[in-house]
Amino acid sequence: MEHWDWRSFWRDERFLRVFGQILFLLVVFLVGRFLFLNMYSALEQRGLLPDFSFLNTAAGFHIGEVPSFIEYSGDSPNKMAFLVGLWNTLRVSFIGILLATLVGVIVGTARVLPNPLTRLLATGYVEFLRNVPLLVLLVFWYRGVFIVLPKLKETPLVMGKTMLPDGQWQAWFILSNRGMAMAWAVPTEAWPLYKTWLWAALAVAVAVYLAVRYYGRKTGRMYLAFPWALLAFVLVAVVGWFVVQSAAGQAPLALTVPRLKKRLIKGGIKLTPEFLALLSGLVLYTGAYIAEVVRAGLQSVTKGQIEAARALGLTTYQMLRLVVFPQALRVIVPPLTSQYLNLTKNSTLAVAIGYPDLFNVAGTIFNQTGRSIEVILIIMGVYLSFSLLTSLFMNWYNRRIQFVER
Amino acid sequence: MRRKGLWFLFVGLMALLLLAACQQQAGGQEGAVKEIVKTVVVTVEVPAEGAGEAGPAVPQGYGATLKAVQERGYLICGVNAKVPGFGFLNEQGEYQGFDIDFCRAVAAAIFGDPTKVEFRPLSAKERFTALQTGEIDVLIRNTTWTLTRDTEVGANFVHTTFYDGQGFIVRKDSGIETLEDLEGAAICVQTGTTTETNLRDVLDAHGIEAEVVVYDDVEAGWAAYEEGRCDAYTTDKSGLVARRTLLKNPEEHVILDVTVSKEPLGPVVRHGDDQWFDIVQWTVFATFYAEEAGVTSQNVDQVKAETKNPRVRSMLGLEGDLGKKLGLSNDWAYNIIKHVGNYEEIYNRNLGPDTPTYIPRGLNKLYTEGGLLYSPPFK
Repeated sequence: MEHWDWRSFWRDERFLRVFGQILFLLVVFLVGRFLFLNMYSALEQRGLLPDFSFLNTAAGFHIGEVPSFIEYSGDSPNKMAFLVGLWNTLRVSFIGILLATLVGVIVGTARVLPNPLTRLLATGYVEFLRNVPLLVLLVFWYRGVFIVLPKLKETPLVMGKTMLPDGQWQAWFILSNRGMAMAWAVPTEAWPLYKTWLWAALAVAVAVYLAVRYYGRKTGRMYLAFPWALLAFVLVAVVGWFVVQSAAGQAPLALTVPRLKKRLIKGGIKLTPEFLALLSGLVLYTGAYIAEVVRAGLQSVTKGQIEAARALGLTTYQMLRLVVFPQALRVIVPPLTSQYLNLTKNSTLAVAIGYPDLFNVAGTIFNQTGRSIEVILIIMGVYLSFSLLTSLFMNWYNRRIQFVER
Repeated sequence: MRRKGLWFLFVGLMALLLLAACQQQAGGQEGAVKEIVKTVVVTVEVPAEGAGEAGPAVPQGYGATLKAVQERGYLICGVNAKVPGFGFLNEQGEYQGFDIDFCRAVAAAIFGDPTKVEFRPLSAKERFTALQTGEIDVLIRNTTWTLTRDTEVGANFVHTTFYDGQGFIVRKDSGIETLEDLEGAAICVQTGTTTETNLRDVLDAHGIEAEVVVYDDVEAGWAAYEEGRCDAYTTDKSGLVARRTLLKNPEEHVILDVTVSKEPLGPVVRHGDDQWFDIVQWTVFATFYAEEAGVTSQNVDQVKAETKNPRVRSMLGLEGDLGKKLGLSNDWAYNIIKHVGNYEEIYNRNLGPDTPTYIPRGLNKLYTEGGLLYSPPFK
C-alpha cells in the first residue's frame, strides 16, 4: 500500500480545491435556507403564503389596449389580464428593439464617417440622449408631445380626409391627442387560405436559397442567395394573391379606413399616445447607447483592413458591407444584447405614462387581489425568461458570427 | 490507492456536515424559526409556547403594536400626500387634511401629544404592503373598505370616517351630462384603486363602450385629463372636489351628478392585534361622540369641570377606567378632543364651507341629523 500521510491532508492542494467548493456551497445553502425560512414563517404568520388561485378569478377591470386576438373583458380571469399585459410588453419591446437597432446603426456609423456635419449631429444626439434619464424622456414625450397634439374634435392632423354622407368623416391618416390612426389591412374570410399559400411560398423561398447556395458552392461562383429567395417569395405570394382572390371571390386582406364615430375612432389601426410616447422614448434612448456600441465596433476594425479594402478599389458602401461590418459585429453583438435586455426591462417605466404593459396590469391585479408575493414572482419570472430567451438567441448569433478558427 | 483514500475522506466529511445540518434542523427548528422571526419582524410577538391551550386564548400579536409604538415614542401613519382636504403636503411643508387629523388624534390618544406622529406618504399601490410588513402602524389614506381587503389583504377596517362615492369630472363644454353620454369617451383612472373595478361595473352595466387609460401616478392621470387626453376622470367624489381646486381653470370642469359606488373610507390596521384595532376604532368614536355631546376643543376643559352626563364623564376619564381597558391613560379621549377636536371640527377645518375643498357633509352627519355617524356608548 502506498504511503498516505493523513496528518497533512489539509495541505493537499487537491483536497483544498474540493473542500473550498464544498464549504462555499454549504454557506450558500445555509444563507438561502435562513432567508427562505425567515420569509416563510413571516408570511405564514400573516396568512399570506403564496396561493395562485387568484389567477382564475375574474379580473374585474378594463384594460386600455387589448389586442384583437385576445378575448378580454372585465369578466375574464386575472391570467388573461396578465396575458394582455404580456402582449403589450412584447409588442413595444419587439418594435422598440427593431427601431432602436436601426437608429443605433445609422447614428453609430455617422459618428465615424469623415463628414464633419453628420459626425457633429450624431455626437450631439448621443450625448444629449444618454444624459437624460429615461423616465424624464418618457414624460417629456407623453406630456410634452403626444397629448398636446391638436385635439381630435378640433383640428387633428389628417391626410386624405373625406366626408361621409352621415356628416362624419374618415381619413387615411389621423394624428391627434388621442393618438395615431391609419388605414390598415384586415384579414377577410379568404385569409386562412392565403396563409397556407404564404407558408408554401416560404418553403419555395427556402428551397431557392438552398439551391442557389448549392449551385454557388459547386461552381465556385457565389451568387447572393438571400435576394433570390426574397424574389421567389414575393413572386409566389403575388401570384397567390390573385389565385386566392379569384377562387374565394374576395381578396385575402381588406382595407379599413379610420373614421370618427362620436368620440371614438373606428376602423384602421390605432396607436395610442401612451404607446407612441413609450416607443419614442425607448427607441431614442436605447438608440443612443446602441450608437455607441456600433461606433466602438466599427473603430475596432484595424486601419489596415480599411486601407486594404480601399486598395482593392471597393466603394465606401462595399467596404462597410463586406469588410468593416462583418468584423465589427464580433465586437458589437455582446454589448448589443445588453441593450436589448435593457430596452425590454426599461419598458416597465410605461406605468408612469399609462401604457398597459405587464408591469402596469400586474400592479392593478396586485391591488385588487392583495397577492403581492405571487404577482411579483410572476413579474420577475416573466422578465427573467424574456431576458434569458433574448440572451440565448443573441449568444447563438454571436457564436455564428465569430471567426471560425481553423 | 492514495487517491481513493482522499475521496473516502471527502465523502465522509460531507456526510458528517449533512448530518450536522439535519440535526440542527430537527432539534433547533422551533428555536431557530422563533429567533428569525424575532430579529426581522419586530412588531409581531411570538406567542409563548402552549399559550393556546392554557387560559383564555390570546390572539397572536395582541398588544404588540401599542407596545412597539410606545417604545418608539411616536406613531407611524401611512397617508396620502396628494389629495387636498384629505391628505396633502401644504406650502409650509406640513401635512394637512382630514385623514391627517385622524392620525394626530390617534397620536394624541396614545401620547397626549398630537405631534408625536410620523407621516409616510404612500401610493395607492404601496399602502397595503406597507401595512402588511409593519412599516406603518395605521393606514389612514382614503382607503375603501371592501371584503377582499378586509380578509385576504390582511387588513382590518375600523369604523368609517368618511362615506364617499365614485363620480366623474368632465369639461363643461364636452356635452357630457349623464352616464350614457360617456359612450365612446376616453376615461382616465388611477391604478390600484377600487375605482377601476367600479368603472368597469358601471360601463358594462350600461353597455357603454369607452377607452380606459390607467395611470400609476395620480399626477400623470390628472395631467392627461387636463390636456384633453381623456374626456372624463373618475375617482371618489371627495377626490374630484379636492383635485378640481388644483386644475388651471376649475370653473371649466363639472362633476357629473351621478354616484356609481359606495366608498366607505376609514383607518386600516393589520390583522392580529385586536387591542390596536380597538384603540384606533374608539379614537374615531370619541370624535363622533364628542360632536354628539357638544364637546369641542374650545369647551372641553369647561365641560370636564362641570358636566354631569355620566357617558361624557366616563369618556373624559372622570369616572371608570375606560382608558385602561384600551391600554391607554384615562384621559385619552380628553387629549383627542383637546388637541385635535371633535368630528365636526376636524371636518370643517379640512372640508368645511370655508375651505377651498368644501364638500357638503351629506351622509357624514350625525345620525341625529340624518347622517350615518353613530358612536356606541362609552361605558
